[in-house]
Amino acid sequence: MRLELSEDDQAFREEMRTFFTSEVPEEIRQRVIEGEELSKDDIVTAMRVLNDADLAVPHWPEEWGGRGWSELRRHIWYDEMQRAGVPPPLAFNASMIGPVIAHFGNQEQKERFLPPTASAEIWWAQGFSEPDAGSDLASLRTTAVRDGDDWVVNGQKTWTTLGQHADWIFTLVRTDPEAKKQRGISMLLIDMSLPGVEVRPIELIDGGFEVNEVWFSDVRVPGDLLVGEENQGWTMAKFLLGNERVGVAPVTATKRALARLKELAADTLADDPLSRSRVAELENELLALELTALRVAAHSADGEPHPASSVLKLKGSELQQAVSELAVDLAGSGSLASGAGDDSGVPAWQRRTTPRYLNYRKASIYGGSNEIQRQIVASRILGL
Amino acid sequence: MDFSYDDEQVALRDAVRGLVGKTYADHDHRRSVTAEDPGHDEQLWARMAEMGLLGLPFAEADGGVGAGPVEIGIVCQELGRVAAPEPYLAAVVLAGGLVAACGTDQQRADVIGPLAEGEGRPALAHDEPASPVTASQDGDAWTLSGTKEPVLHGGSASVLVVTAALPEGGTGAFLVDPADATVTAYPVYDGSRAARVDLDATPATPLGEAGRDLSSSIATVLDLGRVMAANQALGAMRTALSATTDYLKSRKQFGVTLNTFQDLTFRAADMYVSLELTQSMVDWATMVVATGDAEALADAATRVGLQASRGGRHVGQEAIQLHGGIAMTAEYSVGSLVAQLTLLDHLLGDGGVHLRRLADRIDDHGLVEPLG
Repeated sequence: MRLELSEDDQAFREEMRTFFTSEVPEEIRQRVIEGEELSKDDIVTAMRVLNDADLAVPHWPEEWGGRGWSELRRHIWYDEMQRAGVPPPLAFNASMIGPVIAHFGNQEQKERFLPPTASAEIWWAQGFSEPDAGSDLASLRTTAVRDGDDWVVNGQKTWTTLGQHADWIFTLVRTDPEAKKQRGISMLLIDMSLPGVEVRPIELIDGGFEVNEVWFSDVRVPGDLLVGEENQGWTMAKFLLGNERVGVAPVTATKRALARLKELAADTLADDPLSRSRVAELENELLALELTALRVAAHSADGEPHPASSVLKLKGSELQQAVSELAVDLAGSGSLASGAGDDSGVPAWQRRTTPRYLNYRKASIYGGSNEIQRQIVASRILGL
Repeated sequence: MDFSYDDEQVALRDAVRGLVGKTYADHDHRRSVTAEDPGHDEQLWARMAEMGLLGLPFAEADGGVGAGPVEIGIVCQELGRVAAPEPYLAAVVLAGGLVAACGTDQQRADVIGPLAEGEGRPALAHDEPASPVTASQDGDAWTLSGTKEPVLHGGSASVLVVTAALPEGGTGAFLVDPADATVTAYPVYDGSRAARVDLDATPATPLGEAGRDLSSSIATVLDLGRVMAANQALGAMRTALSATTDYLKSRKQFGVTLNTFQDLTFRAADMYVSLELTQSMVDWATMVVATGDAEALADAATRVGLQASRGGRHVGQEAIQLHGGIAMTAEYSVGSLVAQLTLLDHLLGDGGVHLRRLADRIDDHGLVEPLG
């Protein structure tokens, strides 16, 4: 047992810290740190800077831009990125479809899609959930029917995050209606500019429009856009969701948000013992979670995820929510001024607290709801 | 950055588990041992001495083994796994720790040697029910007056290590022969023993240099005790969870096993989350001890104390609830685990105490940095 990072890993951490704080535009990082909304350009710009330095997709196979780092180095990379306020590489590209294509796609698909996926020239959307297929994803009903070399797709996807920016969407579609639930599903890549694809925004409780419905009406998709084998989509979905779970516990970003909140609400905190104790309790829980993430990273060297990894999503989302809730409380009645402009007398941080609090209710629902995570812990770890 | 045990540490863990775990494999044995004084298994204590466990933290020159905090933590975790009532924390970590840190060569030889051999057992008398115990000096002679209570395992101690307010200010520590004090022993709810120690101009020998303020050494030993108490609590939590999951898989109601009910399995999953978070914090705090940085240790002890308190209560309370009535009985092991978790929680400051300390200090840092 040893607490310190090795000299090499310390040097690596310095290298990452220097890069993130000097190469990624300051104004983008500042927007992240202040909790402002990022534009599509901000996200793409940051990802290009990372990709130009081979830092966007380090976990991919090395021939496609991966770095062959240890899990610990990946942890340090991700930690320093969040610490510096760098927007993480677009998850749909870097964490979701990229690894799937690299692992299951054919050579032509890899060459066609992986470079622009790493550089965000293509903005991907995730087409998994449907109105009747949420946690029970395998009950999805969007169909793809063979017609010559093409697939004809009909159906509806939902909760498509940032689908309004997307060029392509990776979908799970039913290709064998006769087979049992999981068996008749395939993964199909669909160009969103094709005739018959329609994106309809969904207004959320925070007043924003970050998710969409995506409708497919007789969309004709060329046959070479099926990933892996026909009816093997479920295998890829499980692969993808397993990767997703690891990436959705932004411990450092939550820590950073709490540290920033202490600065912003310093006056209130100065003589409010109850709020101070909430801060202290959250800091301690975040420390326990961060140490668990480090434990998982330090032990995953042989590729087997540590059993405690399922704790990360569950607890990480709860703490992210708890910090956003504390922010609303510290903002007090200023938190009501969500619709006020910059000429408001209420400080900007206070005005932003409630939309973010409402928005983060999603964190315990997406990426496999926390009830699904409990199911995984109970069945796979505890054998219940 | 490494959270895993090396081969020797694994061997130590397995050996301690073999010895301690085997001794208390039958819960009835724990019940019969704790029913009578001294409240633990003296044969086991002798075997622990033979194995070198009682001298683990101490320098070889003092008759110890010179092992590090990870090894001591391993022993504490294994004791916790079976809710062993042995006074390891009280005698070795706390009382022995303070003598090792502050005692003269002769005092260390007198106390540590026999402790490591299993032939004498010091107890730390620190807590006070009312006013502080005071030390008085008359030439080279020192006396102590006042009451210390509860003194964990004070009734079976061969020597008492008593903290006291010094005449010139500050806090000193003294060695007191229990025969010179009035020691009233009683059982604690988890089966272990504690005592009231009344001192009335009782002769005492200053630990180390006479009249010196030992406040910071005492604080560091107590911090080490907090980290080791958390190690022991972690062991107890682990068994409480495994007993619960075993029970859910075997106990039938309504014609089916209890793990058929999602509410119960989800609550067990939450227990697992608490357990793993506690494990991470315990591992970290134990490694912080090894750095030898007293200030970092004070912070880590507070943080692990809070986590172990929160986690221990959650896991312990749910272990009883998920078992149902059976866990309310003294005959079943889970109750002992929960009782010991409760004792460990309150021994050196509970979660509330730690949280208050942390709440006072939130302005001292931006982000909490585990790697310094």
